[in-house]
Amino acid sequence: MSGGAAGTGAPGAPSLLVEQLVFAYPDGRQVLFGVDLEVRDGERVALLGPNGAGKTTFLLHLVGVLGAVAGGTGAGRVAVGGLPLTRKTLAEVRRRVGVVFQDPDDQLFLPTVRDDVAFGPANHGLAGPELRARVDRALDLVGLREAADRVPHHLSSGQRRRAALATVLAMEPEVLVLDEPTSDLDPAGRRELSEVLQALPTTLLVVTHDLPFALQLCPRAVLLDEGRVVADGPTRDLLADEALLHAHRLELPYGLDPMSVPAAPGRPGPRPPA
Amino acid sequence: MPVPADRRAAPPPPARPGSLAARPRSLAARPGSLTARPAPRALARPSVRREGLLLPTGSPVHRLPPQTKLAALPAFAACVVAVPAGSWWALATCGVLLLAVVVASRLPVAAVARRMLVEAPVVVFALLLPVVATGPRVDVLGLELSRAGLLGGATLLVKATLGVLAAVVLAATTSSRDLLAGLERLHVPRTMVAILSFAVRYSAVLVQETRRLQVALAVRGGGRPRLRHLRAVAGGVGALFVRGYERGERVQRSMVVRGWTGALPALESSPASALQWAAAGSLPALALVVALTARAAA
Repeated sequence: MSGGAAGTGAPGAPSLLVEQLVFAYPDGRQVLFGVDLEVRDGERVALLGPNGAGKTTFLLHLVGVLGAVAGGTGAGRVAVGGLPLTRKTLAEVRRRVGVVFQDPDDQLFLPTVRDDVAFGPANHGLAGPELRARVDRALDLVGLREAADRVPHHLSSGQRRRAALATVLAMEPEVLVLDEPTSDLDPAGRRELSEVLQALPTTLLVVTHDLPFALQLCPRAVLLDEGRVVADGPTRDLLADEALLHAHRLELPYGLDPMSVPAAPGRPGPRPPA
Repeated sequence: MPVPADRRAAPPPPARPGSLAARPRSLAARPGSLTARPAPRALARPSVRREGLLLPTGSPVHRLPPQTKLAALPAFAACVVAVPAGSWWALATCGVLLLAVVVASRLPVAAVARRMLVEAPVVVFALLLPVVATGPRVDVLGLELSRAGLLGGATLLVKATLGVLAAVVLAATTSSRDLLAGLERLHVPRTMVAILSFAVRYSAVLVQETRRLQVALAVRGGGRPRLRHLRAVAGGVGALFVRGYERGERVQRSMVVRGWTGALPALESSPASALQWAAAGSLPALALVVALTARAAA
């Protein structure tokens, strides 16, 4: 599997490269203590961790909303497809990295779903039939074409989540980052979302503590706690390590045995830390 | 697949004596309790997916581009206001013209009538006018009323009714999104349209959050807000403000990430043809003729 939307980056460069990321909020609370992460083209990675581990803070660094680029206290390097994140490259990095935030109501702010999906590409200068085609394609990917002219607050939470995904897919990102995508989804909505995500060729980073969802979707998992990467490996092996999960306030749902699912298909297994 | 035995036992047991289900009235009958309230409106008309105030009937009025209707409404209202007081035939003609539009839009009469209730405060004011106004008095059913007040009140009532009816027709034939796109077409500043657009989108979210806060308050404080609950209500308003503010920050963040640099892209909309402008303009144009004739006669 090679990333379909990717390829504009330097050849051979990882989709996402994070080195020694350190960050403290203005009140002095340090959240990240040197995070390293390398995600290859087309890889699907789950970023696991308990509440307060720094997952969302980390995510906001990938698009330069937080961190030294945004004028905050921090250090480290972020590169997307070989392009280092700096003030100058901010706009291009934000186009390459699509973030789906936790609350779809924050992402759907225009009168109709179609307007919202068109927002990103229109900001990047697309207009007319080209824009319309892009919007239709993104809506088709998430199966929401017929809801295009609906008002966002009349959609179900599953539909809203997929609409939020479409707003990002319309920008044709190389790396797709999702923050807690399964929170407040019912089982059917969860399955529909995972089907959509599984069909995408894009590099995927899923921030979650929904462990079965991570197991189903992502062959590789990275465990973040107290601002550091504490484990990195095949999701199945990581989730089977009961002592590791326990040490970092993660728990499998009752009755779930990660070893009962087949080993990750297609993707290579453990990776040495960068 | 057969259902396991422990799952099959899950459905609620039949009402036992003493259980809540067996004595439904004890809770419902207490005044002020949540259950004693009249059924909320949302329950009375379920599953209707209304987008704002729009009542879709697919009539020619609905199909007119929003910018033409948006321009026609204030123009018509201005013509009605220009009719001199006491010129009843002119006001009646304007009313007939407007009723023709209502008929053409095929809106349900009951729904339109219900929405006309927003006029109630104006009606009260118009009814008070003959009592409080000064000048020569006339005797009506044993009440001494001001002649000028009667004339002014009645004129005010009729003009306000026409204006409100026209606004109701506009709101019922145009979706909120189209209204925004129409305002943009009419060259209303983009920032104003954006503010309105956010207001439309997030008023629904805020209403939901308010309901949740109200429920949380009712569960702990018991019943509707009363005077002694004012503190809690004020706290709720504060919490709502903070939530709204935080949401604003998150929305802004999600806009920035998608390449927003300070200008919202225009909402997609189509221009209106000359024929459509003429169709929408016919109502204010006829009203203008009526108003001018009435002024000339007065």
